Amino acid sequence: VLFAPFLQSCLLCNIMFYSLEGVNLTAAKERGQLVFLEGLKSCLDLLFGEEEEQSGQPSPLQFISESASNLKALFDFVRTSLTPAGSDSWKGPVLLVDDLSVLLSLGITPVAVLDFIHYCRVAVCSQLKGNIVVLVHSNEDSEDEENELVVNSLCHHSDLILWAEGLATGFCKDVHGQIKIIRRVSLELTAEQDHVQIYQYKIQDKNVTFFARGLSAAVL
Amino acid sequence: LVFTEEDKYGLYSNLLFKYFLAEGVVCGHDLFVASAKEHPDHILKELPAPLLDDTYRNELGEEATAVKSEDFQDSMKIAWRYQNLPKMEASPTTSTKFGHYYDVSKTMSPELFQSVKWHSFYLHEELSLQPKMKICNMNSAYARLLQSIQRIIYQEGFDGSDPQKKQKNILRIGIQSLGSVLWGDDICSSDTPEDINSLTKFLYVLRGLLRKSLSACIITVPAHLIQNKAIMERVTNLSDMVVGLESFIGSERETNPLYKDYHGLVHVHQIPRLNSLICDVSDTKDLAFRLKRKLFTIERLHLPPDLSDTVSRASKQDLAESAKLLSSGCGAMAIGKKHLDF
Repeated sequence: VLFAPFLQSCLLCNIMFYSLEGVNLTAAKERGQLVFLEGLKSCLDLLFGEEEEQSGQPSPLQFISESASNLKALFDFVRTSLTPAGSDSWKGPVLLVDDLSVLLSLGITPVAVLDFIHYCRVAVCSQLKGNIVVLVHSNEDSEDEENELVVNSLCHHSDLILWAEGLATGFCKDVHGQIKIIRRVSLELTAEQDHVQIYQYKIQDKNVTFFARGLSAAVL
Repeated sequence: LVFTEEDKYGLYSNLLFKYFLAEGVVCGHDLFVASAKEHPDHILKELPAPLLDDTYRNELGEEATAVKSEDFQDSMKIAWRYQNLPKMEASPTTSTKFGHYYDVSKTMSPELFQSVKWHSFYLHEELSLQPKMKICNMNSAYARLLQSIQRIIYQEGFDGSDPQKKQKNILRIGIQSLGSVLWGDDICSSDTPEDINSLTKFLYVLRGLLRKSLSACIITVPAHLIQNKAIMERVTNLSDMVVGLESFIGSERETNPLYKDYHGLVHVHQIPRLNSLICDVSDTKDLAFRLKRKLFTIERLHLPPDLSDTVSRASKQDLAESAKLLSSGCGAMAIGKKHLDF
């Protein structure tokens, strides 16, 4: 599993996952099951690091200092991390990307971002028989065209979309939002509709409770 | 990373900025102040003086007693459902003390200030230095600022790089009017800026620095000048907390009877969600601020009941539209579109 949190630090993610019923990321990392690409840390190392400690491999976040929108180094890192070494027995690699929208903020063109995801799909899904989970931000009346372009494109290419949003009627203490789960039945243009399920959720300290619309504990 | 959208004339956001720094002084934190507009020395000379506990409690106590004397415990006849709701507290109760209070009419005494170590970055003095970092396409002023911050963090050991330093302290960073023309960024002055991503890249790297060290940062930005809204959306995603200040000066709301007690509104766009799945969401989303002679307070927007019959229909619609999102407990207010008249 490759977890690439671009926005939060390793420690924070650890804490959050741990609070989710004891999923322990540090242990997983030690077992070799989990590889972290901490965006913030790599970025700092790249920018403020000393000159001499450049090992042979370029930093995965090379694009920050280069002028071209070149995500190749990032992709190489992904591929090498997820390709199983000889003795590993983990099945089904997973790539988790926390917040693709950040890449746009860093000056990458939307096309480059989409290319990157496409390459990852080929490498992870087709070749390594794994999965990719990507997080993006989006607003209903967003004026960020580049972001919307990426989001729409990803939606078309995804098998499963989890769309979390606030309630249309406004803020509520007991129901924090609703989540739409859209399962693509087929990516071709057939007459079959996508399978849509809608649940509402409430976030608590240690977990999230899901329930059907209108059946929140506060109402019943 | 607290991101503040400045109000139009910068008056109130400056105040908030100074409060942040003053709190740092009182708590004994180190300070780092960066500005392209005013010399940081001037900013630091104008920090408000902290109020001693007693004086503030007295003031607050006076107000509370004044309110209570008008309160009569008549049972409500029509709005009886509301009787069970707790009485709305407009200002924070004295029982929960978090932070300090400041007297805006006085400036902080120099002695208090002496004990604190502070660093400054005044853009015009730093123009001669060449940035060593190799970030492409970033505004050189931002690059220099980042370098300066990183240098201080490293030298003073805020990032834990010096294990011998026993006393850990926090660095409070304040950056004023980022993104404005004075920093060499043209996102505030043109529709299609040359490099849209300078500010966002800066924020990303700054976030990295903050996460890696014991520091907190407040940035004020003249958001009303930024034409490209996409930038604001991206910036919101990159910050932990985003607060916007909207002052009523010069706008039509100044004379609106709804807002007569207040000087502006506070819009909370994002709340920090560190270390847990949920954030601390307050009961109400409508906050307003006012600047009294001595105090700057942020309170819940408490509307009086709409009792007058002489208000014309047009203005009632405006009021209703703007008050659409208010939470309950505000009294009897006619909310609705034109065809839903009561």
